[in-house]
Amino acid sequence: MTVYLLCFILFLTGLYGVITRRNLVKIAISLSIMEFSCFLFFALIGYVEGGAAPIVNPDDPAKLYVDPLPQALVLTAIVIGLATTAMLMAVIIRLYRKYGTFDIREIRNLRG
Amino acid sequence: MNPLIPLYVTIPLAGAFLIMVLGRFISHFNKYFASLILLFLVVISFLSLISTGEGVSVYKAGGWEPVNGIPIAIYMVLDSFTAIVLCIINLIGFLSVIYSISYISRYTSENYFYALFCLMVAGMNGVVLSGDLFNIFVFLEISAISSYALVAFGVEKNELEATFKYQVLGLLASFLILFGIAFIYWNAKTLNIADIKMVFSSGYNKSYHYLIQLLLLSGFGLKAAIIPFHAWLPDAHSSAPSPISAMLSGVLIKAVGIYVIIRLFFNMFAISEGMAILITTLGTLSMVIGVFLAIGQWDIKRLLAYHSISQMGYVVMSVGIGMILVSRGIRHEVATLAITGGIFHLINHAAFKSLLFLNAGAIEYSTGTRDLMKMGGLAKSMPATSATSFVASMSISGIPPFNGFFSKLIIIIAAVMARFYLLATLAAVVSIITLASFLKFQRYAFYNASPGKNKNSVKEVPFPMVFSMVILSIICLLLSLLAFPGIREAVLSPVTDILMDPSKYSSQITGI
Repeated sequence: MTVYLLCFILFLTGLYGVITRRNLVKIAISLSIMEFSCFLFFALIGYVEGGAAPIVNPDDPAKLYVDPLPQALVLTAIVIGLATTAMLMAVIIRLYRKYGTFDIREIRNLRG
Repeated sequence: MNPLIPLYVTIPLAGAFLIMVLGRFISHFNKYFASLILLFLVVISFLSLISTGEGVSVYKAGGWEPVNGIPIAIYMVLDSFTAIVLCIINLIGFLSVIYSISYISRYTSENYFYALFCLMVAGMNGVVLSGDLFNIFVFLEISAISSYALVAFGVEKNELEATFKYQVLGLLASFLILFGIAFIYWNAKTLNIADIKMVFSSGYNKSYHYLIQLLLLSGFGLKAAIIPFHAWLPDAHSSAPSPISAMLSGVLIKAVGIYVIIRLFFNMFAISEGMAILITTLGTLSMVIGVFLAIGQWDIKRLLAYHSISQMGYVVMSVGIGMILVSRGIRHEVATLAITGGIFHLINHAAFKSLLFLNAGAIEYSTGTRDLMKMGGLAKSMPATSATSFVASMSISGIPPFNGFFSKLIIIIAAVMARFYLLATLAAVVSIITLASFLKFQRYAFYNASPGKNKNSVKEVPFPMVFSMVILSIICLLLSLLAFPGIREAVLSPVTDILMDPSKYSSQITGI
């Protein structure tokens, strides 16, 4: 149970960063922390004590296997996360060029 | 097995790739190829709509059959609800691409625009078709990433700020959805929607279920911009180029938001009364607050964006009323009527809201401003835009004989029959405020005296833009036919059947 709790604390750390930080890059980093707490949680759920890789051996029917689904999903999600982080950083660089600052308080043209 | 099913995803994906590779060497390749792809998708989605009827067809990737009733591969499911949403996505997509032929020529790097557009369509088609949560998540991210890039396509101050907000909230939505999927996997050890339904129906922990449902509702609610989660929508939808605003507002929030919520709550979870009441409340709040936020706006596209929130509120409220009745297990025919009204309004909203965004784009194209105060007298100089936007405004405010009237009528009748008199009154009042707000739009944009300096310089937009707008306004009129008996049974009844009877959906997949 402790690992899940630590995972949740990691998520809250990221959330705290997103809410309190004013620097765009720090917000992006906090989002990455939240993202990886999700991945960690999913990988932990898929963990099987003493499980083997899911290549079924018909000679040994009692053997315990790991479900490959969580690993597959987490790997896919990591790749997606890379794409979104790259996209976010590209937008941040463009914002810096337009506004000359990373401070979110000074980037507020849109209102209402 | 329907062999056309994988084409909905593979054709636009391959198209995006080819546009990037070949568009560099052949001039004008991008726009015509993208239109051709979308035209093909429109044709096959209407073919599926006609051929599907009551049935459910499943495509099993790689030909993996279920083992002992447990599905083990990637399944794509096409039923009547999917077919209708596919028709909306591809038809609006096709008309937006035709519109973009003139509109996007002002921007640089058109290749990127058309490639991202095809990716977004592929993502949405994938979300709608996939039969398991894994693929829903992956395709959701494909459409989301391409829409982040498309919102920022102008790369000016406002666009970048809007896309940053949209991305941060979109990422939060993805995390919530991922946590929801993780909790479902923990409990059910599978991610196939039909299989999860089988596992959950054999008994479950109530509070654990509430946790999963709340996580998924807030995740997909963020994508659908239901009211407490709506902060990104007005910025993103008003900053994007107009054909993209039409896609985002007309299709994206439905395909990745409302559609998935309806699909999961009807076909995966056993509907509980608490969740049904929560969904109805959120829908009502969006409907009322959205319209009050809209009424003070003077930027056309922001006004339309807030109306999107309000109109989506109608859909969610109406489906929520149906869910309350289903969870109580009473008055089956009223629940069916409420859900029919919701789905019908979803289809209608796609038609008239994308038309309105295309009109706003046409006005911006000709006059160079989005501020209602600076326009006026456009009815004479832009007759086609004026006429089509009149059709769309009357549709969204619910004036007969346009389509919005019939769907709102069905929603209000269903609310009265279900004895939710307050909700019926609110729906009627919101409709009147919508009318007021669109009369303001009509008057200031088209009928006021023009401010003088742009009196003679304003011209009607080029033919491709007029073509899309006229076709959409004809669709607005034709969709009212769906309300009449005969056509309604053929198109809308199969949808409510599949939603009200989840075993129909799951039996085709698991083979039990």
